[in-house]
Amino acid sequence: MNNTANTLEKTHQPAPTHSKKYYRKKRWRETRKKILLNWQLYILILPAFLYFFIFHYLPMYGIQIAFKDFLPASGIWESEWVGFEHFIRFFDSYYFWDLIKNTLGISIYELIVGFPLPIILALSLNEAKDNFYKKSVQTVTYAPHFISVVVMAGMVIAFLAPTTGIINHAIQLLGFDPIPFMEDPKWFKTVYVMSGVWQNTGWGTIIYLAALSAVDPQQHEAAIVDGATRWQRIWYINIPTIIPTMVILLIMNVGNIMAMGFEKILLLQNPLNMESSNVIATFVYQAGLLDGQYSFAAAVGLFNAVINAILLVSVNYIARKTSETSLW
Amino acid sequence: MNAHSHINDLKSDRIFKFFNYSFLTLALSIVLYPLIYIISASISSPTAVNSGEMWLFPKDITFEGYKLIFENDAIWRGYLNTIMYTALGTSINLAVTLPAAYVLGRKDFVGRNFFTGMFVLTMFFQGGLIPTYLVVKNLGLIDTIWAMVLPNAAAIWNIVIARVFFQSTIPIELEESAKIDGCSNFKLFFKIVLPLSAPIIAVMALFYGVGHWNSYFNALIYISDRALYPLQMVLREILVLQDMASQSTNVTGSMAEAIHSKQQLAAIIKYGVMIVSTLPIIIVYPFLQKYFVQGVMIGSLKG
Repeated sequence: MNNTANTLEKTHQPAPTHSKKYYRKKRWRETRKKILLNWQLYILILPAFLYFFIFHYLPMYGIQIAFKDFLPASGIWESEWVGFEHFIRFFDSYYFWDLIKNTLGISIYELIVGFPLPIILALSLNEAKDNFYKKSVQTVTYAPHFISVVVMAGMVIAFLAPTTGIINHAIQLLGFDPIPFMEDPKWFKTVYVMSGVWQNTGWGTIIYLAALSAVDPQQHEAAIVDGATRWQRIWYINIPTIIPTMVILLIMNVGNIMAMGFEKILLLQNPLNMESSNVIATFVYQAGLLDGQYSFAAAVGLFNAVINAILLVSVNYIARKTSETSLW
Repeated sequence: MNAHSHINDLKSDRIFKFFNYSFLTLALSIVLYPLIYIISASISSPTAVNSGEMWLFPKDITFEGYKLIFENDAIWRGYLNTIMYTALGTSINLAVTLPAAYVLGRKDFVGRNFFTGMFVLTMFFQGGLIPTYLVVKNLGLIDTIWAMVLPNAAAIWNIVIARVFFQSTIPIELEESAKIDGCSNFKLFFKIVLPLSAPIIAVMALFYGVGHWNSYFNALIYISDRALYPLQMVLREILVLQDMASQSTNVTGSMAEAIHSKQQLAAIIKYGVMIVSTLPIIIVYPFLQKYFVQGVMIGSLKG
């Protein structure tokens, strides 16, 4: 078979005489040859394939327990279907709206405060011509990114302690009463967002600084000749350059709105601030892994993931329509 | 007229510069102050720290905290466990990530789109906490070392970064001529591609290594045997749970005493453990900062 194909090609037979089927067969033969020739590549990718299959796709199969009454003894397949029972129970529960409010509240607060700051800091760093000072600021502001979330939570708790924390000492020095930051629910979101700002703003500038380095210096020279001030040059040259980066990061942030850093929330949570610190993700952990309501918790988690996916797709759609930059 | 506007410009430039450097100095101070405070607090007497007398430089210097840390078995065990998880976990990460990234970058790899799609989809949709937990449980990994390393054996984002690196730095001619010389794909990857890829191996090892070092959540849900606790779980007890215990005021008697003595211990050692646990990262960070930044930039090209 192979031989005839080769001779046909060599003698330059006019192509139209062959049927579609012939070409399909020929292409398949070539593909098969490539696969057999490169069989070792499949061995190289096998570990990654197995990893994603076992730890990402098997859990996706397991999502069905959200629609079942899962009993560990009978396994996923044997457990009984209950339809949307768990979802309805969740929607009807008294804590449903609190969870939604806290989840969205913390995320949106974080987005509004945390999104512009790296941009401002990057623009400012970009204007600093003193290289040593610039490097020092970068080195110091990147560093908190590497502090573990447990140490971060420990710092927050220690600094904000009502009687021993340094921040409350400062507040008292200014003549005010100490604030029970960790115990008063109304402070929780601010504490969460501000500690995140402290930890991540510096690291967030890297991507913008990379985008800013792509600005053509000639554009600035021309603007200087035309008498543009520093502000004008930032506003009309630098900012337009980084807008695509901003849009992409904005989409990715909105796509994460329901899945914010819940590891930190879990650590900062305590019975007194629960009212404003209980978010969907920590609730799933509590209900599923601590209380053992696997099916119910999986349903809540699935609800969260679906909302998240809808948000991501819509924001991407809006971005594509309005700015021609989008993830896909 | 012209000269006049020129002078004006210089003046506005100076004002701009002043504000810009003030802003940067403000940012620098805000980030730096807590870091200095922790270092100073770790070697000051707890009384001076808690009363607010110590606010910048160490006061009543004492190394009692560090002494207690070095005598603490739980911290030592956690440290050793974390070193083990980080070493084993990072090795597995590299063994999974690098070959996969290389293969996905090969244009002549049949099934490239299928595998890429299969991996990237997990960025947007996942089984979620409970189904993943059940898989790990059914595999019998609970309370084993493997629960600490296998569920995070690869990160799709890092595979993408490594793939971009391979595609942009390994010339395709090199691969072609190697193949003509009868070099197998294994040989090509291990003997030619990997030796040329030291920078990306470093970046990947750093990204994954820091992740393992700092992670607590896997241990929280998969490990209940205290002998297997990583450092971050021990830290959580010292830094976070002690504080919570202090808020539940209803405990009485010997229980309250036990909590109280633990709190006192925590008060003395808490700043020290923050430093001790972050030390390895603090030491390597200045030398490796460049690589971290490179990693993020490669990622951003693709993002």
